[in-house]
Amino acid sequence: MFTADNYIVANSVEEAYELNKARNSTVVGGMLWLKMSNKKFKNIIDLSKLELDKIEETEEEIQIGAMVSLRELETNEILKANFGEAFKESVRHIVGVQFRNCATIGGSVYGRFGFSDILTLLMSLDCYVKVYPTGIIPIEEYAKQKQENEILEKIIIKKHNYNISYLTQRLTKTDFPILACSVAKIDDKYRVSIGARPMRAVLVENELSSNPTEEEIVKLQNHIEETVKFGSNMRASGEYRKLLAKILTKRAIENIGG
Amino acid sequence: MEIKVKINGKVYQDNIDADMLLLDYVRSKGCYSAKRGCETANCGLCTVWLEGKPVLSCSVLAMKANNKEVTTLEGLEEEAKEFGAFLADEGAEQCGFCSPGFIMNVLAMKNELENPTEEEIKEYLSGNLCRCTGYMGQLRAIKKYLEQKSKGE
Repeated sequence: MFTADNYIVANSVEEAYELNKARNSTVVGGMLWLKMSNKKFKNIIDLSKLELDKIEETEEEIQIGAMVSLRELETNEILKANFGEAFKESVRHIVGVQFRNCATIGGSVYGRFGFSDILTLLMSLDCYVKVYPTGIIPIEEYAKQKQENEILEKIIIKKHNYNISYLTQRLTKTDFPILACSVAKIDDKYRVSIGARPMRAVLVENELSSNPTEEEIVKLQNHIEETVKFGSNMRASGEYRKLLAKILTKRAIENIGG
Repeated sequence: MEIKVKINGKVYQDNIDADMLLLDYVRSKGCYSAKRGCETANCGLCTVWLEGKPVLSCSVLAMKANNKEVTTLEGLEEEAKEFGAFLADEGAEQCGFCSPGFIMNVLAMKNELENPTEEEIKEYLSGNLCRCTGYMGQLRAIKKYLEQKSKGE
């Protein structure tokens, strides 16, 4: 468990950013991963006063505050109406309800964890992040960056006609995925992301037509085999993950009706 | 750090360390039902309600509960006793170490889900580990308890 001298509730994003510039400061989200460290912090910064715990819908987009819990993603009616069961499916395997009431989407996205379910799903959507002071950037760009002192404010998802299939393979229920795959048909185009490689999720380029043929799917599977890197750890080998990625991608496309 | 928190209906004001966990804070107030188990946020032993929602008190800083309401098993004595009788009837307890966290989450589920299916029950309680029972007795107890509650008994 980390230690800290001060607990500061930030009154503005600007204040949080200034405080977070110090090397021995950190923002606490759900702190489920952070608590596993033995770091010594001077200041821990709480964003709970910044109203970042809301999911809001406009005509063009859905905005998810960084402090929204994974449980809220699972049960929220706005997300269900726009994305079906995709959000629920992406988080429901994560430990238990109590854990998901604590963990935040901001913590998962900022952490850019190699096991992240939610990052894998978001990468397959027309999704952006609002970061202070940088501004709004595509999530695939953010996912590649190093963790800096920026303050992640919101996740923004542009509205389209979505059809999403999110699939994972796990050794046991509630464990980390050994491979995660999200395929979204956005209007007539597909976005495919592969996560838990066990490196950060990546977007896979594809040339799928609106109704993919068997040949197009095989071409995409070969493309995944040739271009996506997979690693080994105590849960699975890179070779096994590669096979899983190919088969889960195929299944996800078939689930969508391709 | 100054903290003001309501635990089981009683307001406490204290000066605490910034990194004090909610688990340690509620235990310092005599709420020993919440226990330190795995410390990796997996076992559910430390479950309390924060603003009515079940959370892992081993993974929440006490300062996060500032100006909020916390409920532990000590604050739900009657309901816990009622459900505990179902556990006993089904032989669903052995060492009983996991029971406080488990009961907190069962009662949260009862408040949150309406007529949950067996699959929904299992999924809701997947964050509560029991190393004695194999869960079948607990599942029978929950089903019978919910059935009785749905009849308004």
